[in-house]
Amino acid sequence: MFDSPEKLLLGLATGILFGFLLQKGRVAKFSVIVGQFLLKDWTVVKIMGTAVVVGAIGIFALVAAGQASLHVKPLLLGGVLLGGALFGAGMTVLGYCPGTTVAACGEGRRDAMVGVLGMFAGALAFVAAWPALQPVIKGLGDEGKVTLPDLTNTSPWLWIAGMAGAGIIGVLLLRGVGRFGKQSTTAKIRVGSSA
Amino acid sequence: MTNPLTLKSWPPYAVGVGIGVLSWFAFATADHPLGISTAFENTAALTEKAIVPEVEQSNGYFAAKAAEGKPPKIGWEWMLVVGVFLGAFLSSRLSGDRSPETVPALWRWRFGGSPAKRLAVAFLAGAVMIFGARLAQGCTSGHGISGSLQLAASSWVFSAVFFAVATTTAFALYGKEGAEHV
Repeated sequence: MFDSPEKLLLGLATGILFGFLLQKGRVAKFSVIVGQFLLKDWTVVKIMGTAVVVGAIGIFALVAAGQASLHVKPLLLGGVLLGGALFGAGMTVLGYCPGTTVAACGEGRRDAMVGVLGMFAGALAFVAAWPALQPVIKGLGDEGKVTLPDLTNTSPWLWIAGMAGAGIIGVLLLRGVGRFGKQSTTAKIRVGSSA
Repeated sequence: MTNPLTLKSWPPYAVGVGIGVLSWFAFATADHPLGISTAFENTAALTEKAIVPEVEQSNGYFAAKAAEGKPPKIGWEWMLVVGVFLGAFLSSRLSGDRSPETVPALWRWRFGGSPAKRLAVAFLAGAVMIFGARLAQGCTSGHGISGSLQLAASSWVFSAVFFAVATTTAFALYGKEGAEHV
């Protein structure tokens, strides 16, 4: 029923740091999350992309040193595809993801507080419907707890290098988009003032 | 020099590095990836068991999770969620970036200022979001960040699907014009 007190405290401390970072990253805000999906504000992609590349380097180094083990979720295609679709739609309408809903509550946002209640209701429904959902979750096969290096029989470092490279290109592209965006805004203002 | 803790925001890349390093810490100290939505499932399962004890026999969920060695509990991940609330509270208090907001501006522009409408939809959307997360066994944290950084195939599929559907939904709801109101 309960983890050890040390582990509970460790979870609390890790969570406080996580929540602090999410709030400072401005992702506990409706406008930033929905702005990402309207392809206007790239904060979410910048944070997640950087976290994934930096995280991967450390985790695979820890695994290589025997200091950590991977915890990969199984590729149950039915569950992942349907779940991903419902999740994406729900997240856009709510305007927060699960972690940032909780962080947005910390920031004082009322809609997020009601969103948390809805999340609890959704979890109640999921557990109650669990037996009936199994055919859906497993309907398109179970590929097991596989990683991309497993599937392609390649080194994880190749993938990490690829992600880091894609990240650097992404940063440069986003800079370009930002500059272009600013220019077009300035152009509009000029057009507006001359009219 | 300004105290960084009192700033309203940090650069996104710095926050990303912070979360990446925090996930090393979580793996190394607790043997656990950062994830949020499992705690909601655990709380729901414990609640149902407390209200209707027979459910432990009648719903195969409980036997299956026990067999996996992951029975519902108040554990590390549960405290992580409590911590996220406290950390965000602390950060917003230190910087004064508090938003006791019910109806966000973009929502108001598109759907009007009714708090009841916004809250009813937020409740339903929260339910759909977590239902989807549990079908897929992860959310933006568990799949999007922790799973992707482990190069998990399931997490890359999840991330691609959720981003595509979220983007489609955003344009369906707010249109191109919506971007002017963010």
